[in-house]
Amino acid sequence: MIQYIIRRFLYAIPLLIGVNILTFVLFFVVNSPDDMARMQLGQKRVTEQAISNWKQQHGYNIPLLWNSEAQDQEKVTKTIFYQKSVGLFLFNFGVSDSGRNIGADIQERMWPSLALALPTLVVGLVVDVSFALMMVLFRNSYIERTGLVICVVLLSISSLFYIIGGQFLFAKVLKWVPISGYDDGFSAFKFLILPVLIGVFSGSGSGVRWYRTLFLEEVEKDYVRTARAKGLTETQVLFKHVLPNALIPILTGVVVILPLLFMGSLIMESFFSIPGLGSYTLDAINSQDFAIVRSMVFLGSVLYVFGLLLTDISYTLVDPRVRLS
Amino acid sequence: MAILWTDALIYLLLISMLGLVFYMRSRDHMQRPLSKLAKSKIGVASLVILLFFVVIGLLDSIHFKPTNTKQTEIISVLDYWATNLREHSEKTYSAPFSTHLYSKEIIVAPDGLVYWDYPRLEFGGRHIYLPERQWLPDVLKKIVFGLSQGVVIAGLLFVGFLTTRYVFLRKKTGLLFLSSPTKTALIVTGVIIAITYCLVYLSAYYHVFGTDKVGEDVFYQAIKSIRTGLVLGTLTTLIMLPMAIGFGILAGFFGGWIDDIIQYIYTTLNAIPSVLLIAASILMVQVYMASHEQEFTSIIVRADMRLLFLCLILGVTNWTGLCRLLRAETLKLREMEYVQAAHALGVKKSMILIRHILPNVMHIVLISVVLDFSSLVLAEAVLSYINIGVDSTTYSWGNMINGARLEMAREPIVWWSLSAAFLFMFTLVLAANLFADTVQDAFDPRRSAD
Amino acid sequence: MRMRAYQLLPLCFLLLNSCNDLQLNNPYSEDEGKHTVLYQSFSERPKHLDPAAAYSENEYAFIAQIYEPLFQYHYLKRPYQLTPLTASKMPEIIYLDRSGKVLSENAPEQDIAYTDYVLNIQPNVHFQPHPALAKNAQGQYIYHQLSLEQIQASQTLNDFKEVGTRELTVEDYVHQIKRLAHPKIQSPIAEIMKNYIVGFDDFAKQVADKPKTEIKALSIAGVEIISQYQYKIRIKGKYPQFIFWLSMPFFAPMPWEADVFYEQPGLADKNITLDWYPIGTGPYLLAENNPNRRMILQKNPNFHVENYPTEGEEGDQKKGLLEDAGKQLPLIDKVVFMLEKETIPYWTKFLQGYYDASGIASDSFDQAIQFTGSGGVALTDSMKQKGIQLQTSVETSDFYMGFNMLDATVGGDSEKARKLRQAISIAVDYEEFISIFRNGRGLVAQGVIPPGIYGHADGEAGVNSYSFTWQDNKAQRKKITEAQQLMIEAGYPNGIDPATKEALILNFDTASVSVDDRPMMNWYRKQFEKLGIKLVIRATDYNRFQEKMRTGNEQIFVWGWNADYPDPENFFFLLYGPNSKVKFGGENAVNYQSAEFDKFFEKMRNMDNTPERYQIIQQMQEVVRHDAPWIFGFHPKSFSLFHSWYGNLKPNLMANNRLKYTKLDVLTRLEKRKAWNQPVIFPLTIGILMICSVATFIIYRRKKVVIK
Repeated sequence: MIQYIIRRFLYAIPLLIGVNILTFVLFFVVNSPDDMARMQLGQKRVTEQAISNWKQQHGYNIPLLWNSEAQDQEKVTKTIFYQKSVGLFLFNFGVSDSGRNIGADIQERMWPSLALALPTLVVGLVVDVSFALMMVLFRNSYIERTGLVICVVLLSISSLFYIIGGQFLFAKVLKWVPISGYDDGFSAFKFLILPVLIGVFSGSGSGVRWYRTLFLEEVEKDYVRTARAKGLTETQVLFKHVLPNALIPILTGVVVILPLLFMGSLIMESFFSIPGLGSYTLDAINSQDFAIVRSMVFLGSVLYVFGLLLTDISYTLVDPRVRLS
Repeated sequence: MAILWTDALIYLLLISMLGLVFYMRSRDHMQRPLSKLAKSKIGVASLVILLFFVVIGLLDSIHFKPTNTKQTEIISVLDYWATNLREHSEKTYSAPFSTHLYSKEIIVAPDGLVYWDYPRLEFGGRHIYLPERQWLPDVLKKIVFGLSQGVVIAGLLFVGFLTTRYVFLRKKTGLLFLSSPTKTALIVTGVIIAITYCLVYLSAYYHVFGTDKVGEDVFYQAIKSIRTGLVLGTLTTLIMLPMAIGFGILAGFFGGWIDDIIQYIYTTLNAIPSVLLIAASILMVQVYMASHEQEFTSIIVRADMRLLFLCLILGVTNWTGLCRLLRAETLKLREMEYVQAAHALGVKKSMILIRHILPNVMHIVLISVVLDFSSLVLAEAVLSYINIGVDSTTYSWGNMINGARLEMAREPIVWWSLSAAFLFMFTLVLAANLFADTVQDAFDPRRSAD
Repeated sequence: MRMRAYQLLPLCFLLLNSCNDLQLNNPYSEDEGKHTVLYQSFSERPKHLDPAAAYSENEYAFIAQIYEPLFQYHYLKRPYQLTPLTASKMPEIIYLDRSGKVLSENAPEQDIAYTDYVLNIQPNVHFQPHPALAKNAQGQYIYHQLSLEQIQASQTLNDFKEVGTRELTVEDYVHQIKRLAHPKIQSPIAEIMKNYIVGFDDFAKQVADKPKTEIKALSIAGVEIISQYQYKIRIKGKYPQFIFWLSMPFFAPMPWEADVFYEQPGLADKNITLDWYPIGTGPYLLAENNPNRRMILQKNPNFHVENYPTEGEEGDQKKGLLEDAGKQLPLIDKVVFMLEKETIPYWTKFLQGYYDASGIASDSFDQAIQFTGSGGVALTDSMKQKGIQLQTSVETSDFYMGFNMLDATVGGDSEKARKLRQAISIAVDYEEFISIFRNGRGLVAQGVIPPGIYGHADGEAGVNSYSFTWQDNKAQRKKITEAQQLMIEAGYPNGIDPATKEALILNFDTASVSVDDRPMMNWYRKQFEKLGIKLVIRATDYNRFQEKMRTGNEQIFVWGWNADYPDPENFFFLLYGPNSKVKFGGENAVNYQSAEFDKFFEKMRNMDNTPERYQIIQQMQEVVRHDAPWIFGFHPKSFSLFHSWYGNLKPNLMANNRLKYTKLDVLTRLEKRKAWNQPVIFPLTIGILMICSVATFIIYRRKKVVIK
């Protein structure tokens, strides 16, 4: 097991290097260090001197990939790519192009992201699973058919409509919640309730349908027929046999996305001005702050790899037949 | 005649679609799912709606340079037909069917009196003199009139269709003798024709969906957005299919180092948050266009290029899912007896791939293509919100929603842009989703059991 | 069974009624207590709070309240007038010739080689409490040699518990000038100051490789400390605008301790830098600095005595602006700035009373403002009902459309190109632009100088006769036929380019790529279409745009300039040949080059505001109008809304430190907020009723089934 995990970690390294090269190439094709300096220095009274100062300060005054002037191995190490990448692998994200330390910002903004994403996930899971169960319980009846139609309708509506509509109705017209904002601690509740509900609602269409198919697959299996033959009622069958067994794919599906919850939701956070990592990323894209975007890409990939690992492990935990090798 | 890049690809797509349909019709094992598809009422109805959107999209994909007007940009057939809508722009917001602007202005009356009121529109409701009294009767009259005309036209077409059928195919005529899905198809077509006719008829007199901030007709914008939605939904899949199929099958079939490399590529791509990848690529396109300015002098060409690139990028970020599915399926197929038998008989590997593996994974490809379509249309809106979607001069629902966000904060609110975008987008995506469901039911061997 | 559902109902009502007094939508959680708190917003994280680096409005919104330069603009008096802030009096200006001999006050300009500014500061001004100044009983600085553990344990500046203060001396001012010169600080005005302050350039070279902490020991040749309260700056030549620079935060005092403290390795990783945690003498100190969410300014307990002005402009007394005359500033205890990126929540919260002031977005404009018959503006009835106050003022800014004078088609000094530019100047109808895109919030510009700046001429005298005629007591744009005539004279009849036999194609370069700008781009196209010109919009991202501007690859663009200080020189220098962007990297973005204009400019820039200067300015305006390198565009008007409880309002475009004069009526605010934010409960009631009845129905049916 431990050996397996170590192997997976080693496997992650070329992956992360690949990710890093890709983002690096993509962004530097677009932006030369000069551009970045100009972007950050503003448009009033910018001189060449100021630009070269900025580049030196942010470590952009060396060649991108190959330093032909340096000695031996410094030809590789004394480049922007090497210098910046090494920092990332050590989780030392450095300073953003606009001058703030990225690591400190990420640490701080992680929690609001989580405060929004985790309840959305949990509540969404509970709601989706219970509705899916209900539909399976009442299968081949008008309840299931209406339910399915509602699901298709729900998932045919762009999430932007839910957000715009929800914010308009509950915050502006009914004044039940603040229209946007965030606070630490328990005061966060009133800010989060609306985005969480909208998140749950907009995801429920596809969620319910997906869990329904999982349950239906399980319902058709032989052991369920046996249970039914034993004389258990349909409700008992569902809760005692189908639900526990169907939980395995559900939970492993959840485990994959757990680490990525830290990354936050781009749109939800910016609509409700929640100071999480999602809005952090979005701001960075808009202001073309390459250092932040690069760090977030890296962080995202690390979390993704971590999620994959978690899934594998959780498989072995819930299903003893699976062995990691 | 001028052909944009996306136009060309659309034609290509159309041809390959037709080819695919003929191919499927000639194959026996495709008959059963196809007939199942044809038997589903919902499937047929949604297909008709989709086809209707496709026709509009195609009309909007035939571009030419207008000869008579001062206009220098190329326009499409749809633009040509909607010349009225295009040129009848007002000064600023006006509500649907309104005869007045939405905000008050200083008006100078003919007698020199200056007062502060809602001015009349330049085009909407111009034909009535006393809007206070005549407006409602006129609107109702026009709606009834338009609808009834539409129904008559639909009825005529209907009769024509049945007669042709009778004359050429010698089939018995009459509603009773038609199969139920055909009936559904005919009814849906009739309804669409009637409504479309009515809307077109009304839009000659009023702004059916109002006007936007600079007075452009919202109905026109919503219709123009159809092409953008379709292009994104279809071209993206067209672009990703070769990659997904090629890599997926190769990885599954050969295994070993090929499998390792392909897995490495798609895990790497998957690991990058796709929004960031798209943002980076869109920035790159902008740079490219900035450095090759002389090639993009026309606004439409620029916007089209960006649309194409967006498809390309979405294709690159989206192929991994299908690729993984195909790899798994190929792994399964490889162990099948008939494939093993082919191996034993010394059939070339490439032959096995094309003859035995590819046809047997096609249903997965088909299902995932239809399923992806609606999610891509929805994704466009979100990307436009983050400013990394289609060009800002392209008409798209995402751009409409994005602009409408601010309108919701007005008092009284301007709801029509958002509603129009919602209505059109919802109809398309709903139809696509319903169709995808039917396709999945028909082609998925696991599902066809029940 | 049925009974139970009914029993629930009254309970629900009780619960809902208890909500009645709550403001469920209150975005603030803390209790204000007895403090007067002002709520404002900021839309973008300020990049720099270091006064040597900060140069934009959103940064000044904070640091102008914290740092105090020597002078400030008088809050009430007009025209704008400088008064001492920490200075004890206005500077003594001494002109010197090359040999250092003192010249008389009205010596001819060519004789003046140097100018000395002798500056005096008030005694007993103290810095805000700050850890960098904290000393222990032995008089040693506590936090100047932090250990690794100490740094590890701290997350924000507030984690350093001990604070201290000390008196302000001129050395702090001098230290800041040295910081301006230090290349690592990247002060945006370093390059300008090199041209003026004696020894500034040498100093910059001298300290280039040295850490910031070492500049204390070195000195700039032209800056001399005379006593604890007096110092002298020597600048090259005569430069009357220098005093305006002295009143900007660039020249605010900075204790050397701050650099020593913040330069300690490790603090920057915690975002504890001088760029984020200011240390000043001003009325407020930055108590909480979380640019991701909110920034809080709190009254500085060490603030020196400064009183509300006792005299103002005529009419100020009547407007109640002098009610607080003589009171000690600041008038409010705390200012909370909330991060607000989106306009919708911002506007909604303002209407709900959670922000005390708001600008007006174009989309909410006609909700707030209506035009009165005579062309004036007034608040709409719904705003009036809320008691909201409107403040309007023409900004000292130019928004112009520029032609790249290096371009072969639109640029250059040829008559053909000039006629083309003049024709376009007539065709682009900025009156319409203002009414469509700015809701009338703008004044069509007739020249380079905006109102409120010396040299601006009102009425007929100030009309741009190339695009306008003076009729019926106002400037009327010339008819499009005249522009078309000019096009014929320029050799493009009906906009047809003789070279290609097709419509003339011009390129419009812009960095705005967002959807919201689409209508505007369409509008520009329409304007050029009037002349038969096909305008191609070349939208790129900001960087590309900048690069095009720098290399001169642009053709037509729009650009703006916001005054640094109220002097015409600050506008005309945008057209001065030696400031050409392509050739010299200056601010002359259109690369305009006119010997006549340059001659006037060199004469005008160092003059005092005399009638002669006024005449020269008018001549310069005429030259620019004739050559038309700019379409003058418009001067934006700012409209701001303030709630009824917001007091001491007077538009002041130059002063950034207005917060200290602001007064609030907290009780009214409390009352109104409560009245405006009653949650609408009835849908909830209906919802609960419906759920209850459905439940009852189901239970009822089930029972029936069971009975069967």
